[in-house]
Amino acid sequence: MLRPVPDTDGAPFWEYAAQGELRVQACAACGELRFPPRPCCPHCQSFESAWRPMSGRGRVWSYVVAHPPLLPDYAARAPYDVVVVELAEAPRIRLVGNLVGGAGEPLGSLPPESVRIGARVQAVFHDGLVQWVPERP
Amino acid sequence: MAAGSGGLKDATALVGIGQTPFAKRLPEDERTLACRAVLAALDDAGITPGEVDALASYTMEETDEVELAKACGFGDLTFFSKVGFGGGGSCATVAHLAAAITAGQASVGVAWRSRKRGSGPRPWTDTTVQLPTPAQWTRPYGLLRPADEIAMLTRRYLHEYGATRDHLFNVALACRNRANQNPAAIMYDRPLTREMYMASRWISEPLCLFDNCLETDGALACVVVSAERARDCRRTPVYVHSVAQSLPAQHHGMVNYWNDDPLTGPAWSAARHLWKHSDLAPEDVDVAQIYDAFTPLVLLSLEGYGFCGRGEGGAFTEGGALETGGLLPVNTGGGGLSEAYVHGFNLINEGVRQLRGTSTAQVPGASACLVTAGEGVPTSALLLRS
Repeated sequence: MLRPVPDTDGAPFWEYAAQGELRVQACAACGELRFPPRPCCPHCQSFESAWRPMSGRGRVWSYVVAHPPLLPDYAARAPYDVVVVELAEAPRIRLVGNLVGGAGEPLGSLPPESVRIGARVQAVFHDGLVQWVPERP
Repeated sequence: MAAGSGGLKDATALVGIGQTPFAKRLPEDERTLACRAVLAALDDAGITPGEVDALASYTMEETDEVELAKACGFGDLTFFSKVGFGGGGSCATVAHLAAAITAGQASVGVAWRSRKRGSGPRPWTDTTVQLPTPAQWTRPYGLLRPADEIAMLTRRYLHEYGATRDHLFNVALACRNRANQNPAAIMYDRPLTREMYMASRWISEPLCLFDNCLETDGALACVVVSAERARDCRRTPVYVHSVAQSLPAQHHGMVNYWNDDPLTGPAWSAARHLWKHSDLAPEDVDVAQIYDAFTPLVLLSLEGYGFCGRGEGGAFTEGGALETGGLLPVNTGGGGLSEAYVHGFNLINEGVRQLRGTSTAQVPGASACLVTAGEGVPTSALLLRS
Protein backbone atom coordinates (compact mmCIF):
# COMPACT_ATOMS: atom_id res chain seq x y z
CA MET A 1 0.00 0.00 0.00
CA LEU A 2 1.15 3.55 -0.64
CA ARG A 3 2.28 5.52 2.40
CA PRO A 4 1.79 9.29 2.65
CA VAL A 5 4.87 11.17 1.47
CA PRO A 6 4.52 14.40 3.48
CA ASP A 7 5.86 17.73 2.32
CA THR A 8 7.07 20.37 4.79
CA ASP A 9 3.61 21.87 5.19
CA GLY A 10 1.84 18.54 5.56
CA ALA A 11 4.27 16.86 7.97
CA PRO A 12 2.58 18.05 11.21
CA PHE A 13 -0.76 16.57 10.09
CA TRP A 14 0.83 13.14 9.78
CA GLU A 15 2.79 13.50 13.03
CA TYR A 16 -0.44 14.23 14.91
CA ALA A 17 -2.22 11.38 13.11
CA ALA A 18 0.54 9.00 14.22
CA GLN A 19 -0.27 10.08 17.82
CA GLY A 20 -3.99 9.47 17.26
CA GLU A 21 -4.97 13.11 16.87
CA LEU A 22 -6.84 14.85 14.07
CA ARG A 23 -5.54 18.39 13.80
CA VAL A 24 -6.03 20.96 11.06
CA GLN A 25 -3.77 23.88 10.23
CA ALA A 26 -5.13 27.26 11.32
CA CYS A 27 -3.84 30.78 10.91
CA ALA A 28 -2.31 31.96 14.19
CA ALA A 29 -3.20 35.56 13.29
CA CYS A 30 -6.79 35.48 12.01
CA GLY A 31 -7.79 31.99 13.10
CA GLU A 32 -9.04 30.73 9.71
CA LEU A 33 -8.67 26.98 9.19
CA ARG A 34 -7.10 25.82 5.95
CA PHE A 35 -6.65 22.50 4.21
CA PRO A 36 -4.45 21.23 2.65
CA PRO A 37 -1.71 22.88 4.72
CA ARG A 38 0.30 25.66 3.09
CA PRO A 39 2.95 28.21 4.07
CA CYS A 40 0.73 31.24 4.61
CA CYS A 41 -2.85 32.24 5.22
CA PRO A 42 -4.89 32.98 2.05
CA HIS A 43 -7.11 35.35 4.09
CA CYS A 44 -4.58 37.55 5.91
CA GLN A 45 -1.23 36.38 4.47
CA SER A 46 0.25 35.65 7.87
CA PHE A 47 3.00 33.04 7.96
CA GLU A 48 2.21 32.09 11.56
CA SER A 49 0.17 28.92 11.95
CA ALA A 50 -1.14 26.64 14.66
CA TRP A 51 -2.54 23.11 14.54
CA ARG A 52 -6.03 23.02 15.99
CA PRO A 53 -7.53 19.77 17.35
CA MET A 54 -10.76 18.61 15.73
CA SER A 55 -13.50 16.49 17.27
CA GLY A 56 -13.09 13.85 14.57
CA ARG A 57 -16.79 13.91 13.80
CA GLY A 58 -17.89 14.43 10.23
CA ARG A 59 -20.26 13.56 7.42
CA VAL A 60 -19.70 11.79 4.12
CA TRP A 61 -19.66 14.52 1.43
CA SER A 62 -19.14 12.11 -1.44
CA TYR A 63 -17.69 8.69 -2.17
CA VAL A 64 -16.59 6.41 -4.97
CA VAL A 65 -16.24 2.66 -5.24
CA ALA A 66 -13.00 1.82 -6.99
CA HIS A 67 -12.66 -1.20 -9.26
CA PRO A 68 -9.59 -2.45 -11.18
CA PRO A 69 -7.42 -1.63 -13.04
CA LEU A 70 -5.66 -0.47 -9.86
CA LEU A 71 -2.22 -0.84 -8.30
CA PRO A 72 -1.84 -4.49 -7.21
CA ASP A 73 -2.26 -3.98 -3.43
CA TYR A 74 -5.38 -1.92 -4.01
CA ALA A 75 -6.78 -4.27 -6.67
CA ALA A 76 -6.60 -7.05 -4.08
CA ARG A 77 -8.97 -5.01 -1.85
CA ALA A 78 -11.36 -3.94 -4.63
CA PRO A 79 -14.11 -3.01 -4.85
CA TYR A 80 -13.48 -0.59 -1.99
CA ASP A 81 -14.89 2.76 -0.99
CA VAL A 82 -13.03 6.05 -0.90
CA VAL A 83 -14.89 8.83 0.89
CA VAL A 84 -14.59 12.57 1.25
CA VAL A 85 -15.59 13.58 4.77
CA GLU A 86 -16.49 17.12 5.73
CA LEU A 87 -15.65 17.90 9.32
CA ALA A 88 -18.52 18.66 11.73
CA GLU A 89 -16.97 21.88 13.05
CA ALA A 90 -15.64 23.05 9.67
CA PRO A 91 -17.66 21.77 6.70
CA ARG A 92 -15.31 23.40 4.20
CA ILE A 93 -12.49 21.21 5.50
CA ARG A 94 -12.90 17.94 3.62
CA LEU A 95 -10.62 14.93 4.02
CA VAL A 96 -10.20 11.99 1.67
CA GLY A 97 -10.25 8.65 3.47
CA ASN A 98 -11.86 5.25 3.72
CA LEU A 99 -14.92 4.19 5.64
CA VAL A 100 -14.00 0.92 7.39
CA GLY A 101 -15.85 -1.48 9.67
CA GLY A 102 -13.77 -0.58 12.72
CA ALA A 103 -10.47 0.94 13.81
CA GLY A 104 -7.55 -0.90 12.27
CA GLU A 105 -9.65 -2.77 9.73
CA PRO A 106 -8.37 -2.58 6.16
CA LEU A 107 -9.65 -0.56 3.25
CA GLY A 108 -12.59 -2.40 1.73
CA SER A 109 -13.67 -3.93 5.06
CA LEU A 110 -17.08 -2.28 4.95
CA PRO A 111 -19.46 -3.30 2.12
CA PRO A 112 -19.45 -0.36 -0.34
CA GLU A 113 -23.25 -0.43 -0.55
CA SER A 114 -23.45 0.64 3.10
CA VAL A 115 -21.85 4.03 2.35
CA ARG A 116 -24.20 7.00 1.99
CA ILE A 117 -23.75 10.72 1.38
CA GLY A 118 -24.58 12.52 4.60
CA ALA A 119 -23.76 9.56 6.86
CA ARG A 120 -22.21 10.57 10.18
CA VAL A 121 -18.72 9.21 10.69
CA GLN A 122 -15.99 9.33 13.30
CA ALA A 123 -12.22 9.49 12.83
CA VAL A 124 -10.10 6.65 14.17
CA PHE A 125 -6.39 6.13 13.74
CA HIS A 126 -4.34 3.18 12.62
CA ASP A 127 -0.74 2.89 11.55
CA GLY A 128 -0.40 6.64 11.11
CA LEU A 129 -3.45 6.97 8.88
CA VAL A 130 -6.80 8.57 9.63
CA GLN A 131 -9.66 6.12 9.07
CA TRP A 132 -13.41 6.71 9.32
CA VAL A 133 -15.97 4.48 10.99
CA PRO A 134 -19.76 4.87 11.11
CA GLU A 135 -20.65 7.01 14.15
CA ARG A 136 -22.22 4.98 16.93
CA PRO A 137 -25.47 6.55 18.17
CA MET B 1 -9.14 43.09 -38.14
CA ALA B 2 -5.94 44.32 -36.58
CA ALA B 3 -4.73 44.30 -33.02
CA GLY B 4 -5.17 47.34 -30.80
CA SER B 5 -8.07 48.23 -28.57
CA GLY B 6 -9.79 45.01 -29.59
CA GLY B 7 -7.00 42.98 -27.99
CA LEU B 8 -6.88 39.44 -29.31
CA LYS B 9 -10.36 39.49 -30.80
CA ASP B 10 -10.15 38.10 -34.35
CA ALA B 11 -6.54 39.31 -34.55
CA THR B 12 -5.22 35.84 -35.44
CA ALA B 13 -6.46 32.82 -37.30
CA LEU B 14 -5.96 29.08 -37.48
CA VAL B 15 -4.84 28.34 -41.01
CA GLY B 16 -3.54 24.79 -40.88
CA ILE B 17 -4.32 21.56 -39.06
CA GLY B 18 -2.55 18.22 -39.16
CA GLN B 19 -2.65 14.87 -37.46
CA THR B 20 -1.26 11.34 -37.60
CA PRO B 21 -3.46 8.26 -37.63
CA PHE B 22 -4.92 7.39 -34.21
CA ALA B 23 -4.49 3.89 -32.80
CA LYS B 24 -4.04 1.96 -29.59
CA ARG B 25 -0.50 1.23 -30.77
CA LEU B 26 1.54 3.10 -33.36
CA PRO B 27 5.05 1.89 -34.22
CA GLU B 28 6.68 5.33 -34.40
CA ASP B 29 7.92 7.23 -31.34
CA GLU B 30 6.39 10.45 -30.01
CA ARG B 31 9.02 12.67 -31.60
CA THR B 32 8.43 11.21 -35.05
CA LEU B 33 4.67 11.49 -34.64
CA ALA B 34 5.06 15.13 -33.55
CA CYS B 35 7.08 15.93 -36.67
CA ARG B 36 4.52 14.25 -38.92
CA ALA B 37 1.58 16.17 -37.40
CA VAL B 38 3.42 19.51 -37.48
CA LEU B 39 4.56 19.13 -41.10
CA ALA B 40 1.04 18.08 -42.11
CA ALA B 41 -0.40 21.20 -40.46
CA LEU B 42 2.12 23.46 -42.20
CA ASP B 43 1.41 21.79 -45.54
CA ASP B 44 -2.33 22.29 -44.93
CA ALA B 45 -1.63 26.00 -44.37
CA GLY B 46 0.71 26.30 -47.34
CA ILE B 47 3.47 27.67 -45.10
CA THR B 48 7.07 26.44 -45.27
CA PRO B 49 8.72 25.15 -42.08
CA GLY B 50 11.45 27.81 -42.37
CA GLU B 51 8.83 30.48 -41.60
CA VAL B 52 7.86 29.04 -38.21
CA ASP B 53 9.10 31.29 -35.39
CA ALA B 54 6.80 30.37 -32.47
CA LEU B 55 5.88 27.11 -30.72
CA ALA B 56 3.49 26.18 -27.95
CA SER B 57 2.63 22.89 -26.33
CA TYR B 58 1.84 21.26 -22.98
CA THR B 59 4.33 20.84 -20.12
CA MET B 60 3.58 17.12 -20.39
CA GLU B 61 4.76 17.12 -24.02
CA GLU B 62 7.97 15.11 -24.19
CA THR B 63 9.19 16.28 -27.60
CA ASP B 64 10.86 19.59 -26.81
CA GLU B 65 11.16 22.68 -28.97
CA VAL B 66 14.82 22.07 -29.79
CA GLU B 67 14.16 18.61 -31.18
CA LEU B 68 11.12 19.67 -33.16
CA ALA B 69 12.77 22.79 -34.61
CA LYS B 70 15.88 20.88 -35.61
CA ALA B 71 14.01 17.99 -37.20
CA CYS B 72 11.41 20.01 -39.07
CA GLY B 73 13.72 22.80 -40.25
CA PHE B 74 12.15 25.78 -38.53
CA GLY B 75 13.65 29.27 -38.72
CA ASP B 76 14.85 31.24 -35.70
CA LEU B 77 12.29 30.85 -32.92
CA THR B 78 11.39 34.07 -31.09
CA PHE B 79 8.60 32.68 -28.89
CA PHE B 80 8.05 29.32 -27.21
CA SER B 81 5.71 28.37 -24.42
CA LYS B 82 4.54 25.33 -22.48
CA VAL B 83 1.27 25.15 -20.57
CA GLY B 84 0.73 23.04 -17.47
CA PHE B 85 -2.07 20.93 -16.00
CA GLY B 86 -2.38 18.22 -18.65
CA GLY B 87 -5.50 18.49 -20.74
CA GLY B 88 -6.26 21.91 -19.25
CA GLY B 89 -3.53 23.31 -21.47
CA SER B 90 -4.88 22.40 -24.90
CA CYS B 91 -6.64 25.63 -25.88
CA ALA B 92 -4.05 27.72 -24.04
CA THR B 93 -1.39 26.66 -26.56
CA VAL B 94 -3.33 28.46 -29.28
CA ALA B 95 -4.09 31.35 -26.91
CA HIS B 96 -0.38 31.84 -26.16
CA LEU B 97 0.49 31.87 -29.87
CA ALA B 98 -2.34 34.30 -30.60
CA ALA B 99 -1.07 36.63 -27.87
CA ALA B 100 2.54 36.40 -29.06
CA ILE B 101 1.63 37.07 -32.68
CA THR B 102 -0.70 39.94 -31.76
CA ALA B 103 2.04 41.46 -29.59
CA GLY B 104 4.53 41.26 -32.45
CA GLN B 105 6.75 38.65 -30.84
CA ALA B 106 6.34 36.15 -33.68
CA SER B 107 4.55 35.67 -36.98
CA VAL B 108 3.97 31.95 -37.59
CA GLY B 109 3.10 29.79 -34.61
CA VAL B 110 2.66 26.05 -34.32
CA ALA B 111 0.91 24.32 -31.42
CA TRP B 112 1.17 20.55 -31.09
CA ARG B 113 0.69 17.52 -28.88
CA SER B 114 2.16 14.07 -29.43
CA ARG B 115 1.41 11.24 -27.10
CA LYS B 116 1.67 7.50 -26.81
CA ARG B 117 -0.94 7.03 -24.17
CA GLY B 118 -2.34 3.86 -25.72
CA SER B 119 0.94 1.95 -25.54
CA GLY B 120 2.93 4.07 -23.09
CA PRO B 121 3.00 4.35 -19.30
CA ARG B 122 0.46 6.25 -17.20
CA PRO B 123 2.06 8.47 -14.57
CA TRP B 124 -0.34 7.57 -11.76
CA THR B 125 0.49 3.86 -12.00
CA ASP B 126 4.05 4.50 -10.87
CA THR B 127 4.45 2.99 -7.40
CA THR B 128 7.98 4.23 -6.82
CA VAL B 129 7.41 7.96 -7.24
CA GLN B 130 4.66 9.81 -5.44
CA LEU B 131 4.31 13.54 -5.73
CA PRO B 132 4.18 14.89 -2.18
CA THR B 133 1.30 17.29 -2.79
CA PRO B 134 -1.55 16.62 -3.19
CA ALA B 135 -0.97 12.87 -3.49
CA GLN B 136 -0.26 12.54 0.25
CA TRP B 137 -3.92 13.41 0.93
CA THR B 138 -5.41 10.98 -1.57
CA ARG B 139 -3.29 8.11 -2.85
CA PRO B 140 -2.74 6.25 0.43
CA TYR B 141 -6.53 5.88 0.60
CA GLY B 142 -6.75 4.35 -2.85
CA LEU B 143 -7.90 7.47 -4.70
CA LEU B 144 -5.35 6.65 -7.35
CA ARG B 145 -6.54 7.63 -10.81
CA PRO B 146 -8.02 10.69 -12.48
CA ALA B 147 -11.20 8.62 -12.94
CA ASP B 148 -11.49 8.25 -9.15
CA GLU B 149 -10.96 11.95 -8.59
CA ILE B 150 -13.66 12.96 -11.07
CA ALA B 151 -16.00 10.16 -9.93
CA MET B 152 -15.95 11.76 -6.46
CA LEU B 153 -17.23 15.06 -7.87
CA THR B 154 -19.70 13.17 -10.06
CA ARG B 155 -21.26 11.31 -7.13
CA ARG B 156 -21.81 14.61 -5.34
CA TYR B 157 -23.18 16.21 -8.51
CA LEU B 158 -25.68 13.40 -9.09
CA HIS B 159 -26.72 13.58 -5.44
CA GLU B 160 -27.13 17.34 -5.37
CA TYR B 161 -28.99 17.83 -8.65
CA GLY B 162 -30.78 14.55 -9.29
CA ALA B 163 -28.88 13.91 -12.50
CA THR B 164 -28.63 10.25 -13.52
CA ARG B 165 -26.41 7.79 -15.34
CA ASP B 166 -28.72 8.23 -18.33
CA HIS B 167 -27.46 11.81 -18.58
CA LEU B 168 -23.87 10.59 -18.59
CA PHE B 169 -24.86 8.04 -21.22
CA ASN B 170 -26.29 10.82 -23.41
CA VAL B 171 -22.81 12.35 -23.52
CA ALA B 172 -21.08 9.06 -24.31
CA LEU B 173 -23.63 8.28 -27.00
CA ALA B 174 -23.37 11.66 -28.75
CA CYS B 175 -19.59 11.27 -28.96
CA ARG B 176 -19.85 7.68 -30.19
CA ASN B 177 -22.47 8.53 -32.80
CA ARG B 178 -20.22 11.23 -34.23
CA ALA B 179 -17.22 8.88 -34.15
CA ASN B 180 -19.30 6.42 -36.16
CA GLN B 181 -19.33 9.08 -38.91
CA ASN B 182 -15.60 9.80 -38.72
CA PRO B 183 -13.29 7.27 -40.42
CA ALA B 184 -10.28 8.68 -38.49
CA ALA B 185 -11.94 7.87 -35.16
CA ILE B 186 -10.83 4.84 -33.20
CA MET B 187 -14.48 3.93 -32.55
CA TYR B 188 -15.56 4.53 -36.16
CA ASP B 189 -17.00 1.04 -36.59
CA ARG B 190 -18.10 0.45 -32.97
CA PRO B 191 -21.65 1.65 -32.26
CA LEU B 192 -22.72 2.12 -28.63
CA THR B 193 -26.12 1.26 -27.14
CA ARG B 194 -27.72 2.09 -23.81
CA GLU B 195 -27.71 -1.60 -22.99
CA MET B 196 -23.95 -1.81 -23.55
CA TYR B 197 -23.42 1.28 -21.42
CA MET B 198 -25.54 0.11 -18.49
CA ALA B 199 -24.03 -3.40 -18.55
CA SER B 200 -20.40 -2.27 -18.82
CA ARG B 201 -17.95 -2.78 -15.99
CA TRP B 202 -17.36 -0.17 -13.33
CA ILE B 203 -14.09 1.74 -13.21
CA SER B 204 -14.87 4.00 -10.28
CA GLU B 205 -18.55 4.06 -9.33
CA PRO B 206 -20.49 6.04 -10.46
CA LEU B 207 -18.29 6.00 -13.58
CA CYS B 208 -18.30 2.95 -15.85
CA LEU B 209 -16.03 2.01 -18.73
CA PHE B 210 -17.88 4.17 -21.27
CA ASP B 211 -17.63 7.28 -19.07
CA ASN B 212 -13.86 7.20 -19.59
CA CYS B 213 -11.90 8.47 -22.56
CA LEU B 214 -9.88 6.31 -24.90
CA GLU B 215 -6.17 5.65 -24.55
CA THR B 216 -4.60 6.60 -27.81
CA ASP B 217 -1.31 6.92 -29.65
CA GLY B 218 -1.25 9.90 -31.99
CA ALA B 219 -0.19 13.49 -32.59
CA LEU B 220 -1.89 16.67 -33.76
CA ALA B 221 -0.84 20.20 -34.62
CA CYS B 222 -2.26 23.50 -35.82
CA VAL B 223 -0.83 26.70 -37.29
CA VAL B 224 -1.64 30.22 -36.06
CA VAL B 225 -0.86 33.44 -37.96
CA SER B 226 -2.13 37.02 -37.93
CA ALA B 227 -5.52 37.67 -39.53
CA GLU B 228 -3.74 39.72 -42.15
CA ARG B 229 -1.31 36.95 -43.04
CA ALA B 230 -4.17 34.43 -43.02
CA ARG B 231 -5.64 35.96 -46.16
CA ASP B 232 -2.69 34.64 -48.17
CA CYS B 233 -2.88 31.08 -46.88
CA ARG B 234 -4.13 28.05 -48.74
CA ARG B 235 -7.23 27.56 -46.58
CA THR B 236 -10.15 29.69 -45.46
CA PRO B 237 -9.05 31.22 -42.14
CA VAL B 238 -10.75 30.26 -38.89
CA TYR B 239 -10.49 33.29 -36.61
CA VAL B 240 -9.49 33.07 -32.97
CA HIS B 241 -12.30 35.27 -31.71
CA SER B 242 -11.82 34.98 -27.95
CA VAL B 243 -9.49 33.03 -25.66
CA ALA B 244 -9.34 32.32 -21.94
CA GLN B 245 -7.22 30.62 -19.33
CA SER B 246 -8.44 29.96 -15.84
CA LEU B 247 -7.10 28.93 -12.48
CA PRO B 248 -9.87 30.08 -10.14
CA ALA B 249 -9.33 31.34 -6.61
CA GLN B 250 -8.71 28.57 -4.06
CA HIS B 251 -8.87 25.91 -6.77
CA HIS B 252 -7.07 22.69 -5.98
CA GLY B 253 -6.41 20.66 -9.13
CA MET B 254 -8.52 17.70 -10.09
CA VAL B 255 -9.19 16.82 -6.42
CA ASN B 256 -11.17 20.02 -6.14
CA TYR B 257 -12.83 19.18 -2.83
CA TRP B 258 -11.21 21.88 -0.77
CA ASN B 259 -12.94 25.11 -1.67
CA ASP B 260 -16.36 26.52 -0.93
CA ASP B 261 -18.02 25.27 -4.07
CA PRO B 262 -16.31 22.28 -5.71
CA LEU B 263 -19.01 21.87 -8.37
CA THR B 264 -18.24 25.20 -10.02
CA GLY B 265 -14.83 24.48 -11.43
CA PRO B 266 -12.46 26.35 -13.73
CA ALA B 267 -14.99 26.34 -16.61
CA TRP B 268 -16.97 29.01 -14.78
CA SER B 269 -14.16 31.53 -14.53
CA ALA B 270 -12.80 30.68 -18.00
CA ALA B 271 -16.29 31.39 -19.36
CA ARG B 272 -16.53 34.79 -17.67
CA HIS B 273 -13.32 35.90 -19.37
CA LEU B 274 -14.17 34.27 -22.70
CA TRP B 275 -17.58 35.91 -23.06
CA LYS B 276 -16.37 39.27 -21.72
CA HIS B 277 -13.93 39.51 -24.62
CA SER B 278 -16.38 38.19 -27.21
CA ASP B 279 -19.04 39.68 -29.47
CA LEU B 280 -20.95 36.42 -29.07
CA ALA B 281 -23.03 34.80 -26.35
CA PRO B 282 -23.65 31.10 -25.65
CA GLU B 283 -26.79 31.13 -27.80
CA ASP B 284 -24.66 32.16 -30.80
CA VAL B 285 -22.54 29.02 -30.60
CA ASP B 286 -23.47 26.58 -33.38
CA VAL B 287 -21.32 23.66 -32.29
CA ALA B 288 -19.07 22.90 -29.33
CA GLN B 289 -16.04 20.70 -28.77
CA ILE B 290 -16.10 20.10 -25.01
CA TYR B 291 -13.24 18.36 -23.24
CA ASP B 292 -14.44 14.88 -22.40
CA ALA B 293 -11.83 12.84 -20.61
CA PHE B 294 -14.86 11.77 -18.55
CA THR B 295 -18.56 12.19 -19.42
CA PRO B 296 -19.46 14.30 -16.34
CA LEU B 297 -16.96 16.98 -17.42
CA VAL B 298 -19.33 17.78 -20.28
CA LEU B 299 -22.25 18.38 -17.88
CA LEU B 300 -20.11 20.61 -15.67
CA SER B 301 -18.86 22.50 -18.74
CA LEU B 302 -22.34 23.02 -20.21
CA GLU B 303 -23.18 24.81 -16.96
CA GLY B 304 -19.88 26.64 -16.63
CA TYR B 305 -19.91 28.04 -20.17
CA GLY B 306 -23.50 29.19 -19.78
CA PHE B 307 -25.49 26.85 -22.03
CA CYS B 308 -27.78 26.10 -19.09
CA GLY B 309 -28.14 26.96 -15.43
CA ARG B 310 -26.32 25.42 -12.52
CA GLY B 311 -27.45 21.85 -11.90
CA GLU B 312 -29.20 21.73 -15.28
CA GLY B 313 -26.38 20.05 -17.22
CA GLY B 314 -27.98 16.62 -16.99
CA ALA B 315 -31.40 17.76 -18.16
CA PHE B 316 -29.77 19.74 -20.98
CA THR B 317 -28.56 16.49 -22.57
CA GLU B 318 -32.09 15.08 -22.90
CA GLY B 319 -33.98 14.80 -26.18
CA GLY B 320 -30.86 14.47 -28.32
CA ALA B 321 -29.64 17.98 -27.52
CA LEU B 322 -26.00 17.02 -28.00
CA GLU B 323 -26.60 15.14 -31.27
CA THR B 324 -26.46 16.50 -34.82
CA GLY B 325 -29.51 18.73 -35.26
CA GLY B 326 -29.87 19.13 -31.48
CA LEU B 327 -29.66 22.28 -29.38
CA LEU B 328 -25.85 22.06 -29.19
CA PRO B 329 -24.06 19.39 -31.22
CA VAL B 330 -20.89 18.46 -29.33
CA ASN B 331 -17.63 16.68 -30.09
CA THR B 332 -18.48 16.17 -33.73
CA GLY B 333 -15.34 14.16 -34.46
CA GLY B 334 -16.10 11.79 -31.58
CA GLY B 335 -14.12 13.61 -28.88
CA GLY B 336 -11.78 12.06 -26.37
CA LEU B 337 -14.40 9.44 -25.59
CA SER B 338 -14.62 7.99 -29.09
CA GLU B 339 -12.28 9.65 -31.63
CA ALA B 340 -8.92 9.83 -29.84
CA TYR B 341 -7.60 10.96 -26.48
CA VAL B 342 -4.61 13.15 -27.20
CA HIS B 343 -5.13 15.59 -24.34
CA GLY B 344 -7.97 17.32 -26.17
CA PHE B 345 -6.03 18.58 -29.17
CA ASN B 346 -8.36 16.74 -31.54
CA LEU B 347 -11.14 19.05 -30.31
CA ILE B 348 -9.23 22.08 -31.63
CA ASN B 349 -8.72 20.53 -35.06
CA GLU B 350 -12.35 19.45 -35.22
CA GLY B 351 -13.42 22.99 -34.37
CA VAL B 352 -11.42 24.20 -37.37
CA ARG B 353 -13.00 21.58 -39.63
CA GLN B 354 -16.51 22.62 -38.55
CA LEU B 355 -15.83 26.25 -39.45
CA ARG B 356 -14.24 25.25 -42.75
CA GLY B 357 -17.34 23.16 -43.46
CA THR B 358 -15.34 19.94 -43.76
CA SER B 359 -16.35 17.93 -40.69
CA THR B 360 -17.56 14.37 -41.17
CA ALA B 361 -20.54 15.43 -39.02
CA GLN B 362 -20.90 18.93 -40.40
CA VAL B 363 -23.32 21.31 -38.67
CA PRO B 364 -24.85 23.21 -41.59
CA GLY B 365 -23.72 26.81 -41.73
CA ALA B 366 -21.69 26.60 -38.51
CA SER B 367 -19.98 29.95 -37.95
CA ALA B 368 -19.08 29.87 -34.24
CA CYS B 369 -17.53 27.00 -32.33
CA LEU B 370 -16.54 26.77 -28.66
CA VAL B 371 -13.55 24.56 -27.89
CA THR B 372 -12.71 23.81 -24.26
CA ALA B 373 -9.78 22.24 -22.44
CA GLY B 374 -9.80 19.92 -19.44
CA GLU B 375 -12.33 20.83 -16.76
CA GLY B 376 -11.48 20.08 -13.14
CA VAL B 377 -7.90 21.22 -13.72
CA PRO B 378 -6.75 24.78 -14.48
CA THR B 379 -8.21 25.16 -17.93
CA SER B 380 -8.45 27.15 -21.15
CA ALA B 381 -10.94 27.75 -23.95
CA LEU B 382 -11.21 29.12 -27.47
CA LEU B 383 -14.11 30.69 -29.27
CA LEU B 384 -13.55 30.24 -33.00
CA ARG B 385 -15.48 31.89 -35.80
CA SER B 386 -15.44 31.69 -39.57
